[in-house]
Amino acid sequence: MPNLENIREQYNSARALCTKRIVVCAGTGCIANGSLKVFDALKNAIALSGLEVTVSLKSEDPKEHKHHDVYMIGSGCQGFCQVGPLVTIEPNGIMYGHVKPEDAEEIVARSVVKDEVVERLLYHNPETGVPYKGVAEIPFYIKQQRTGLKDCGNVDPQNISEYIAHDGYFAAREAFTKYKAEELCKFYQDSGLRGRGGGGFSTGLKWNFARKEDSDKKYVICNGDEGDPGAFMDRSILEGNPHSVIEGMLIAARAIGADEGYVYMRMEYPLACQRIRKAIESAEQLGILGDNVFGSGQSFRISVMEGAGAFVCGEETALLASIEGKRGMPNPKPPFPAQKGLFGKPTIINNVETLALVPVVMQQGIEAFRKIGTAKSPGTKTFALTGHVANTGLIEVPFGTTLREIVFEIGGGVLDKDGKINNDAFKAVQIGGPSGGCLTSEHLDLPIDFDSLGSAGAMVGSGGMVVMNDSTCMVETARYFMSFTQRESCGKCVPCREGTRQMLEMLEDITNGDATEETLDLLEEVAETVKLTSLCGLGKTAPNPVLSTMRYFREEYEAHVKAKYCPTKQCKALTPIFIDPELCRGCTICKRVCPVGAITGEVKQVHKIDPMICIKCGACIAACKFKAIS
Amino acid sequence: MEKYVYINDRPILWEDEINILELARKAHIEIPTFCYHSDLSVYGACRLCMVEVEGRGLVTSCSTQPFEGMRVKTHTEQILKLRKTIVEMLLANHDQNCPQCSRASDCKLRDISNRLNIDKVRFRQTREFKTVDLGSDCLVRDPNKCVLCGDCVRFCDEIQSIGAIDFAGRGLEVNVASAYGKSLAQVDCVNCGQCAAVCPTGAITVKSDIKEAWTAIHDPKKTVVAQIAPAVRVALGEMFGLAANDMTTGRMVAAMKIIGFDQVYDTSFAADLTVVEEANEFIARKTNGGKLPIFTSCCPAWVKFAEQSFPSLLDNLSSCRSPQQMFGAIAKERLPELLKVEKKDLVCVSIMPCTAKKYECKRPEFTNDSIPDVDIALTTQELGRMIKEAGINFESVEPESFDLPMGFATGAGVIFGNSGGVSEAVLRYAADKFDIPVPENIVLQEVRGVSGLREATLADGNLKIAVVHGLRNARELCDKVMAGEAEYDIVEVMACPGGCTGGAGQPIVLTQKQRRDRTKTLYHADRTMPMHRAQDNPFIHELYEELLTEPNSHKAHELLHTAYRHRKRIDDDELTISTGDAADRCQIRVCVGTSCYLRGSQDILAKTLQMVEENAWGNYFDIAATFCSEKCDKGPNVTVGDQVIHRAELAQIKNLITEEASRRSK
Repeated sequence: MPNLENIREQYNSARALCTKRIVVCAGTGCIANGSLKVFDALKNAIALSGLEVTVSLKSEDPKEHKHHDVYMIGSGCQGFCQVGPLVTIEPNGIMYGHVKPEDAEEIVARSVVKDEVVERLLYHNPETGVPYKGVAEIPFYIKQQRTGLKDCGNVDPQNISEYIAHDGYFAAREAFTKYKAEELCKFYQDSGLRGRGGGGFSTGLKWNFARKEDSDKKYVICNGDEGDPGAFMDRSILEGNPHSVIEGMLIAARAIGADEGYVYMRMEYPLACQRIRKAIESAEQLGILGDNVFGSGQSFRISVMEGAGAFVCGEETALLASIEGKRGMPNPKPPFPAQKGLFGKPTIINNVETLALVPVVMQQGIEAFRKIGTAKSPGTKTFALTGHVANTGLIEVPFGTTLREIVFEIGGGVLDKDGKINNDAFKAVQIGGPSGGCLTSEHLDLPIDFDSLGSAGAMVGSGGMVVMNDSTCMVETARYFMSFTQRESCGKCVPCREGTRQMLEMLEDITNGDATEETLDLLEEVAETVKLTSLCGLGKTAPNPVLSTMRYFREEYEAHVKAKYCPTKQCKALTPIFIDPELCRGCTICKRVCPVGAITGEVKQVHKIDPMICIKCGACIAACKFKAIS
Repeated sequence: MEKYVYINDRPILWEDEINILELARKAHIEIPTFCYHSDLSVYGACRLCMVEVEGRGLVTSCSTQPFEGMRVKTHTEQILKLRKTIVEMLLANHDQNCPQCSRASDCKLRDISNRLNIDKVRFRQTREFKTVDLGSDCLVRDPNKCVLCGDCVRFCDEIQSIGAIDFAGRGLEVNVASAYGKSLAQVDCVNCGQCAAVCPTGAITVKSDIKEAWTAIHDPKKTVVAQIAPAVRVALGEMFGLAANDMTTGRMVAAMKIIGFDQVYDTSFAADLTVVEEANEFIARKTNGGKLPIFTSCCPAWVKFAEQSFPSLLDNLSSCRSPQQMFGAIAKERLPELLKVEKKDLVCVSIMPCTAKKYECKRPEFTNDSIPDVDIALTTQELGRMIKEAGINFESVEPESFDLPMGFATGAGVIFGNSGGVSEAVLRYAADKFDIPVPENIVLQEVRGVSGLREATLADGNLKIAVVHGLRNARELCDKVMAGEAEYDIVEVMACPGGCTGGAGQPIVLTQKQRRDRTKTLYHADRTMPMHRAQDNPFIHELYEELLTEPNSHKAHELLHTAYRHRKRIDDDELTISTGDAADRCQIRVCVGTSCYLRGSQDILAKTLQMVEENAWGNYFDIAATFCSEKCDKGPNVTVGDQVIHRAELAQIKNLITEEASRRSK
């Protein structure tokens, strides 16, 4: 059994010998922006400056520890992807953004050798221009409460000692040495931890179902098939802190009596796949995974399974089919996976974020955990904040936080169509991806949790949060999500297969100006049918983007249908014809050729087209000699 | 304690019904469904069987188990509306050329949309034309009519263990397809046609040869003779509203005569002949220590299955042709003289309960001098349609009898249509030889029944028989035989559940009772026949005297027996790379399928070619690259001459080639 205390102590004493620690973000976003080159440039610059640099702290014997001036790591996502590549320098608490390899020399000279700050690399308030030195000051971070993500972006995901030094695997050990399976289930039931993957089902309760099943074999599966457009929470956790997921799986395995686990990964997340594999390998080498886990007599092993990229495989039963080597299609429930899951054996499937929170709950204790968040949705939730918002990135907030706090404070405000911060331009937030719905300004002060979102017609889903400003067409938004679900429907059940196709056709008709008022009624009816009768969660929630936009932006739909007019001018077919007042000479030709009398204007005065009357026949455009109409 | 479930507020006794859908039938409610099939796994895809359960809301009745006191509503306002919308959406994606569809009269989509009173489809037609698969001799797959209920896919996999078709694509693209989108003719399909039998619409149908049959009949130069398989007579009546226990033999013969068939014979006659030949073959094997168990070979789907999946058992298969082909061979041999017609003008049409028979009669070994033994194989359904097309009032036609000599059969030949029938007929023949007591009613109950695998031990343990139907059962049994875990003397295999009476050429079965009735009626037919043992058939005796001399004679082998061949799962695609010109050449084949390629076969092939070239041995060898020898776990696979080398290594192959070359250079 690994001696966690020893590992922690050795790591800490080795680290104490380093004067500075530099964390370069090596999440997918920052890597794409060149952070690995920044890492190398910094390392070279440090070496040139004559300082001693190391990239690994793993010597087992404290006596061998030697002094290093700088300890450098590449971390997982630090969250503030907007300003990546990010470089953090400790203990000074400096965070630099948009760092380029050319900056390395200056950073080393001023912030590593000395203790100065390179101001031009700091994050500046886009409105006031005030610079912020680091995480402790940046508004994006201040309003957040990072628990699940606490070490994500802070530890080296490839160094298990570092995870242990941050108290990692202590919770798993406690679970294996101090708890019986039944007590663990009860513990998590009492903690109120709910599944972060979508439905928000009680984690402890789910485990207890599987625990009660009598079987020679049980499985724990981590669902890492995050496929929502715009969502990257699971990827970030797997890239940034894979050991927390493994620890969560260990505790789950203890709770239900499983000896085998799978991490089902999106193939499109190569870095996450690589990091989780490496983490599993390290945990095996250390004896944390394998036979006789923490001396309990129970063994637990984890395999990584890469899916082929079907969105529907995030659905439990489809995921199981996929692991079994079958076509990823959902099956009717019951039987539930907890009763008959993978290869017919009791199985629990938890989402990445849920599993990452499992050890945190044990560390904090029930009482402390329940203090955060709301009574029915305790704890925190990560969201991928994107869209028309000043600060995009990965955030974590307690349940109960309002949309206003997220968008205007953490997000730094709404960007209008010119890219300027302008909170009046706020239109809606799409939450939960293709399964979720839209929230509008009337929901800005709604404390967000599983239940409040549900009753507002949206859902927490996996946590994609897309902010939209007033230049966004809501019909087009619904059409976009529908085209996604339609494409990703596995085609098994009729309502989802045919219904998403019909809904998409109708939405296309609406955005093309080919729809009538009956289309809206039929669209609503089909949406309800699909919602009520589909086989799996994908189909059941597919109509949400349509239903919620119809609920809150009905007048926008009606404008498309009745007036054949897109109020945001996003739907090309419905963009009104416009007379340029600069070019119009007031010759009245257009007024005379207009078959519906949509053009008004006196001779030699600028003419105008009434978009509500105009049928866009184009006769005026052809007739105008001054090319004033377009 | 009796348990009750309340369906539409009425208490219904719940016994062993596994789901609400079955239980509702007891309450006289037929809940609409496409994808629920009691023989297959619960699929839950069509969503039409939604019902409302108090406290649970809407659930699919196919996948929901009843519980005591459950309260179910089957047709609330909401449910009816939802069902309509779902069916409308299906119709919007369906090729609605119903009048031209062979399933027009028994299409479930038509039936359900009718029952749901759908008078208008509010959706735009979204269907894009998809190519129809016409490649198979037996089946037509028309994806334009597919409702994607998955019944065919599950039958092919769960009951037959073939998996020739499965779902492919997502969203708009989803469809049922064979591997790589190939035609059914090019994949593992054994032509059992059960996919067509379970298809609720016309998406998979039996290929029609009606036109060819009419052409022959209407050709004054042709003499058209027909043979009718035993199972046809107990099912044809279903197409004319007659009950399954209505024997239609006489009316069937009369109707065919009216249609214009010159002679109408009984395949049961050939079945009697099969009994004599097969029983003697078995007795010889048993006495001389030949290959046992002997597997029956009457079922062409099973034969193809064995050729594909169990080539090592091919020597165990009886060399006897099926009754259809024995009949065809005898007909083409004897009838030209008997009917005073030239052989080329004699057309032999068979009426079969089976779709695979269409494939069987086209097998090259059953064609001599480009004259096939059986020219056209029609199904029961096709005969029914021809009778309708000719306007014959089948119900009231006066019965007639089969023509002689090939229309006389014993009960042994008739029961061939039931699973267990061949075994029973052979046992009746061999009873004396093995001292098997035959009861007075000559019913050998041991091999009858409905179970998928039935075993019987007779003659004081000297004779062990297994009867299987459904190819998954056959596969399991073959695996056991190969592993030495089971020993039998005789194994009867029928691909279709229930045997030929449950064949896919029969009218579409709507209820389980219909199947059972067919079986019962066929056994009943045996009882009403004057003779029950093949050896008692005087016309069989005559045939041996005049033509065949004795069972398993040289002539009998020529006409009544056949051989089988190993069929690779994937088409025998081969890429010839170099060909020699010596008379005695050695064949070298290197598998370059994905698996072997990854294990280095490409390198072996390249180096082999190089070696042959450098040594100027090109004349001695034919070198080809092949695709998948189905031993992927043992790759790379290389064949040199008649040696198959698994886990081939370059040095070893080079040695072999050197040996072959030096032998040839001497």
